[in-house]
Amino acid sequence: MATATVAPSKLNLIGLDKSDYKGNPSTLCAGCGHDSISAQIIQVAFELGLKPENVIKLSGIGCSSKSPAYFLNRSHGLNAVHGRMPSVASGAMLANRNLTAIGVSGDGDTGSIGLGQFKHIIRRNVPMVYVIENNGVYGLTKGQFSATSDEGQKLKYYGDNEYPAVDLCMEAIVSGCGFVARSFAGDPKQVRPLLKAAFSFNGTAVLDIISPCVTFNNNPDSNKSYEWVRDHDSPLHDISFVPVREEITVDYEPGETKAVTMHDGAKIVLKKLAGEHDPTDRMAAIMLLERSRTDNVLTTGLIYYNPDRDTVQDSEGMVATALALLPDEKLRPVRSTLEKIVASLC
Amino acid sequence: MSVIQSKVADILAGGNLGEVVNDFSLQIASANGSGSQTSNMVLVRALFRMGIPVSGKNLFPSNIQGLPTWYTIRCSHAGYVARQPSAPVVVLMNPETAIKDLAGLESGGVCFYPDDLKIDLSRQDVTYYPMPVKQLTSVPEVPRHLRTYIGNMVYVGVLAQVLKIEMSALEAALDWQFGGRTKLVNANLPTIKAAYEWAAANITKRDQYRVERMNATAGYMLVDGNAAGGLGSVYGGMTVTAWYPITPSTSLADEMSAFASTLRRDPDGKANYAIVQAEDELAAIGMVLGAGWAGARSMTTTSGPGISLMQEFLGFGYYAEIPAVIWDIQRVGPSTGMPTRVSQGDLFACYYASHGDTKHICLLPGSVNECFEFGWRSLDIAEQYQTPVFVLSDLDLGMNQWMTKPFEYPTEPINRGKVLTAEQVEKNGFRRYADIDGDGIAYRTLPGTNHPRASYFTRGSGHDADARYTEEPEKYRGNLERLRRKIELSREHLPAPVVEMTAGAKIGIIGFGSTDPAIIEARDTLTASGVQTSYLRIRALPSAASVVDFVRSHERVYVVEINADGQLRLILQSDMPELAARLRPVCMLDGMPFTAAWIIGQINSQEQK
Repeated sequence: MATATVAPSKLNLIGLDKSDYKGNPSTLCAGCGHDSISAQIIQVAFELGLKPENVIKLSGIGCSSKSPAYFLNRSHGLNAVHGRMPSVASGAMLANRNLTAIGVSGDGDTGSIGLGQFKHIIRRNVPMVYVIENNGVYGLTKGQFSATSDEGQKLKYYGDNEYPAVDLCMEAIVSGCGFVARSFAGDPKQVRPLLKAAFSFNGTAVLDIISPCVTFNNNPDSNKSYEWVRDHDSPLHDISFVPVREEITVDYEPGETKAVTMHDGAKIVLKKLAGEHDPTDRMAAIMLLERSRTDNVLTTGLIYYNPDRDTVQDSEGMVATALALLPDEKLRPVRSTLEKIVASLC
Repeated sequence: MSVIQSKVADILAGGNLGEVVNDFSLQIASANGSGSQTSNMVLVRALFRMGIPVSGKNLFPSNIQGLPTWYTIRCSHAGYVARQPSAPVVVLMNPETAIKDLAGLESGGVCFYPDDLKIDLSRQDVTYYPMPVKQLTSVPEVPRHLRTYIGNMVYVGVLAQVLKIEMSALEAALDWQFGGRTKLVNANLPTIKAAYEWAAANITKRDQYRVERMNATAGYMLVDGNAAGGLGSVYGGMTVTAWYPITPSTSLADEMSAFASTLRRDPDGKANYAIVQAEDELAAIGMVLGAGWAGARSMTTTSGPGISLMQEFLGFGYYAEIPAVIWDIQRVGPSTGMPTRVSQGDLFACYYASHGDTKHICLLPGSVNECFEFGWRSLDIAEQYQTPVFVLSDLDLGMNQWMTKPFEYPTEPINRGKVLTAEQVEKNGFRRYADIDGDGIAYRTLPGTNHPRASYFTRGSGHDADARYTEEPEKYRGNLERLRRKIELSREHLPAPVVEMTAGAKIGIIGFGSTDPAIIEARDTLTASGVQTSYLRIRALPSAASVVDFVRSHERVYVVEINADGQLRLILQSDMPELAARLRPVCMLDGMPFTAAWIIGQINSQEQK
């Protein structure tokens, strides 16, 4: 039986070329992990066939927050104020629930000034991919400690960090987040499927991506450095994301995998490499993070998954149409209704 | 012998002073949370139903239960609805404040009190009416746990008998207050009637105050400004509201939710709007800007401390040119100051809000009716100018009961501003911050616009006409100047000042917001004493050129406002430095609504200098 050979298409499912997903040239430092994440966002948006015009990309303030300018130029972007990207994203997704949102934030943006908004966007379950480019340092202001800096870490100018690190995955889980993952910017093989899964999740999907700062935080003793992570990373699952529209099967053995069905029918298939972890078990997820902390290892992969919560738009009982696009007759009740109200107030 | 001394002599001699009909204030002192509010609202509405011009003002503490609160009702056949400096009729329902309340009662005044009130009643220059509150509520018909609450209905009945408020008007008011719920009406009405009948049998009227039916409220409504603002916003097509509870703005969000939930739903019950309680004011304004950016008609409601928290985002909104409406129901400053007392002290905080060079459009409603109108109009103005727009109301206007003409259905179609469709982008291209029309207002696209060239990147001030990042001085200056031009050119298109010119008057009065009734009353009194004045009420900032003309036409112009520094006066002085010396302050800031007496006193004393 002859096998038909199909030339690999350069166009994706909606007929776009990868270049249709590109952004402006980066102005970040050469070798910055953030740029690697931007490249993965471009790749994933292309592979998923996301319509760029239907995507919004938002950020707060900091090095990480500059990066939305470096991907998806055909998407509307908004660079908000420090730590407040979640509220802006929430408002935008209330205005138009049919958009796809990706927010990029940093550890200062999310872990310090914006910790409250981070927890509240999760609490409301606003559908969006929330990427934290976590380098454990304030880069744009020249290298202060952040809330995710390791306790005892040393910095040239600021000395020793006396305070424990905030674990943003833990914060996400305890706030009710239904999709919590951790990865490493230098591991595109893991970042890509996690990003794909996050885009398919109908709710707030948090990806805490360790993204070393090449300028201020790449000391080998920092747990946000390339060397430290390569030595200490304990990949949780080998993850492959399989959108249903692609006829790809995953190389997996029964008993070694856990399939999770996404809202859009897509599945992520998790290959367990390091022991038994059930990402649908919230207590297990918390224990895993706690054990990683005490063991001083960085567990990567999908840590927690729960697709059962209502999104903010459902909780608010909103119409399916984007509020921003409602016609005038839906916006202004007719004259007779006002006459009735006036009569009732006389 | 002074007037007061002669009055006292008359009282002591049992002489008739002549009646005071439909022209006095009544003050009810009670404890917060005791349930007196229902009784007070019933009295106000009953007087309104009798056709008598009336206003009701709640002077309440920052407290849920126990602290003293006073409710002032003014009836005025002349139609004056401002607060009066004192009330000649008082009801002492609060033992905690009774001594002070009685001491403050003017000579010749009237004092109603529960007959078990232990207080020195030796003052001889006032009329006392004890009320058997306990006796009338200690009956099987009144459930034990409701007796304190229902006790407030006793003074309603007694006052009605003594002041001649019609029982039918009370019944109608009670029915209105409880939305026609018979059970609640029946729980209260018997006590009112019992007190009414008790007073008829046991009280001999010895005072001069009473009311009588008029026909001066036909065609008016009785409502508060926050309900009006909320309703106006619903008719303005508000689609996203994010807010955080803060007195005295909370009722605007509450009323808006209630109205929207009946007026803005699809047949299947789905909402054509979202009203979200945010985690703080920073998130509230962030959501509002995110929603405005994505094409919603978005708004928030807050008060001074909330405005303080929103400052950074407001600057972002100004520079990124995002439509948003921010209601500020003004009150006295910090939360541990007098948060339940009125002020107009946020003019600077709003007009110049945020970092860098900013100036914001501010709408200044002066009546409940304008709260409704600016409710819908502000959403149009925000989208038209693509900028945060403030609506500055205040606690007095927002939370108290005002007579107002019926709300007028919006007179203009909804204005969504300059928004390009995919077809328009295809045909004409798209330059986000280019001043195509020469009015400073550029065209925008909404996220989701289905065209490869429709997107742009939104950031603060560092962008060129195509929304590209730049730090070039020329481009920054050009953008800044366009923004300034945009706001400057709004002057003549915002709600115009309301002007009453008096031929030959050398004195002008400028005011805004809730001081309007006090100014109207003060002008009548001044005219009667031979002092002619003109009056201009500002309804928006930046203000129209006609304000400069008004100042130029008068030798001295008094600017009336409830703040310490004279913030409106200072803004106007910077608009017309050559006329600055003509503008004089009439400021009052003691937490109380303005009185005509204060204005008259200030103008008279400054005129003598």
